Amino acid sequence: MTSTRKEPSGVTGTPGGRPSPARARSRGRGAPYLFLLPATVLFALFFALPIGYALWLSLHKVEVKGLGLGAGARQEVWAGLANYADALTDSELLAGALRVVGYGAIVVPVMLGLALVFALMLDSEKVRLTRFTRLAIFLPYAVPGVVAALLWGFLYLPDVSPFYFVLDKLGLPQPDLLDGGPLYLALSNIAVWGGTGFNMIVIYTSLRAIPHEVYEAARLDGATPLQIALRIKIPMVAPSLVLTFFFSIIATLQVFSEPTTLKPLTNSVSTTWSPLMKVYQDAFGKGDIHSAAAGAVLIAVATLVLSFGFLRVANSRSQQEEAR
Amino acid sequence: MSTLAVRKTAPAAGTTPGTAQGPPPASGGRTPSGRRRIALVPTLTLLLGALYCLLPVAWVVIAATKSGSELFSTFTFLPGTGFADNLSDLNAYRDGVYWKWMGNSALYAGLGALLSTAVSAVSGYALAIYRFRGRETVFNVLMAGVLMPPVILAVPQYLLLAKADLTDSYWSVLLPLVLSPYGVYLARIYAAAAVPGDVVEAGRMDGASEWRIFTRIALPMMVPGLVTVFLFQFVAVWNNFLLPYIMLSDDEKFPITLGLFTLLEQGSNTPALYTLVITGALLAVLPLIALFLAVQRFWSLDLLSGAVKS
Repeated sequence: MTSTRKEPSGVTGTPGGRPSPARARSRGRGAPYLFLLPATVLFALFFALPIGYALWLSLHKVEVKGLGLGAGARQEVWAGLANYADALTDSELLAGALRVVGYGAIVVPVMLGLALVFALMLDSEKVRLTRFTRLAIFLPYAVPGVVAALLWGFLYLPDVSPFYFVLDKLGLPQPDLLDGGPLYLALSNIAVWGGTGFNMIVIYTSLRAIPHEVYEAARLDGATPLQIALRIKIPMVAPSLVLTFFFSIIATLQVFSEPTTLKPLTNSVSTTWSPLMKVYQDAFGKGDIHSAAAGAVLIAVATLVLSFGFLRVANSRSQQEEAR
Repeated sequence: MSTLAVRKTAPAAGTTPGTAQGPPPASGGRTPSGRRRIALVPTLTLLLGALYCLLPVAWVVIAATKSGSELFSTFTFLPGTGFADNLSDLNAYRDGVYWKWMGNSALYAGLGALLSTAVSAVSGYALAIYRFRGRETVFNVLMAGVLMPPVILAVPQYLLLAKADLTDSYWSVLLPLVLSPYGVYLARIYAAAAVPGDVVEAGRMDGASEWRIFTRIALPMMVPGLVTVFLFQFVAVWNNFLLPYIMLSDDEKFPITLGLFTLLEQGSNTPALYTLVITGALLAVLPLIALFLAVQRFWSLDLLSGAVKS
């Protein structure tokens, strides 16, 4: 976001040689507004309105009068911050938040670490079969999260899995991958599998944009390939790394479909495993839309605070380094 | 970052030939006089990565050939004998509801991506070409949408659509996904890089209307970028689970992700359905993989990078 603000001045400024800007501007004055009408209407209906409604709901509650029968017996009344207070002291929601933070602490570093290593290797010299490996590693991007969770879910099942088959033949102990601590690894693995390729491509693209003269100069100075990777390549693709981190944090904190898909295969994924699942459960399981709205707002705020907090830290660092 | 994206998207759009002296492809990094040695460590590491990524896909291909009893009794990577039976079982399951799901997914993803691309194109063009009051405000507000976690949107969207009596309809899955801030951003970048201001001005001199300039002159220039927008949005909708999960209850309208999920849910009680789930998962993955391979050209790295620098 910070970068998009800068971009228009460089790209879209009126080119110097425009014949008569004044005349052109007066003619097409209404056009941009008309062109932007569909996007504006859709934004109002499907972004602004729902967010406003969620905020409104989160500040209200249902009050039942008398026996709760008859018209007007159930009224929505102002609740202040009561729903938020409830959500913040809700042990299930907090436990879910902790689970997701633990899950994210595994997923984000492993996924992006692998993506970076693969990208650097694709970009290094004398590597073979890059076309095949690049495509193969990118392939999981085409697999929906539900299907990915489903495939891995079966691979985690002792009766079906090749891993257990091997462990069995070797006489080794067979851990239950769908319970306790291993469950985090099992879920993380699904996310890492699905996300590494896409991030690898993003980083690889930035790597290819680095002019080769830079490497030549470094090589003449006697730098080894490893030094080039660590001292030149990684700092130069830092902006991409920051960006992939940023979006990975947002996606990870909202994990929903993978644990939901594993649920039928194990008893240890509860209906409120992640905060988002808890919100779903509140809204559609219990029918308590006001608590659900408060929970959703809290998750959104936490996501934005964490992701932007990260972006700030990263930007202030890279600005120090990029003062060249 | 974004200037970088612009610079790189330019060659794709064919406007700045000056940047064509970019680096040679990494795979061809050998110098002509160089030794033809292979860098073993990176090559093997990448092969391991590829193996890891292909493993579940290989598993599902083999598992889909197994009959229900073979699935739990024979070695995982030993092909079975039940593929034809599995297929016909899947066809027969609830009068072929599986194919209905596939059709729904194609409809949601195809039509949704098409609408989304159209909206992105016209918005991105307006934001790139015109200078008008409030342009940056509009752009920044639209972009803020990218950061909104879907969770804060999906539940109130459901409640609001319920008031309009639109839940459990095709519209409820299609409409919320039409505006893609990501797509607008991409289209703006492409329009800025690919449509020169002079060309627009020349069109005006010839007396063409603004709309005509957009549809006849600018749109063809933006096509490579718009294909990328379409593909991204297609994958995003095809893979979406949360929105249909919340919006739909009639399983005739389910997309394939939701359909397979319900099948798996029932499978936990009746393991006989597992073979259906596995065969269904295989067939569900094929269209997107086929799409990927078919339009690989459009997944070219430059286009992808422009997409991600939002």
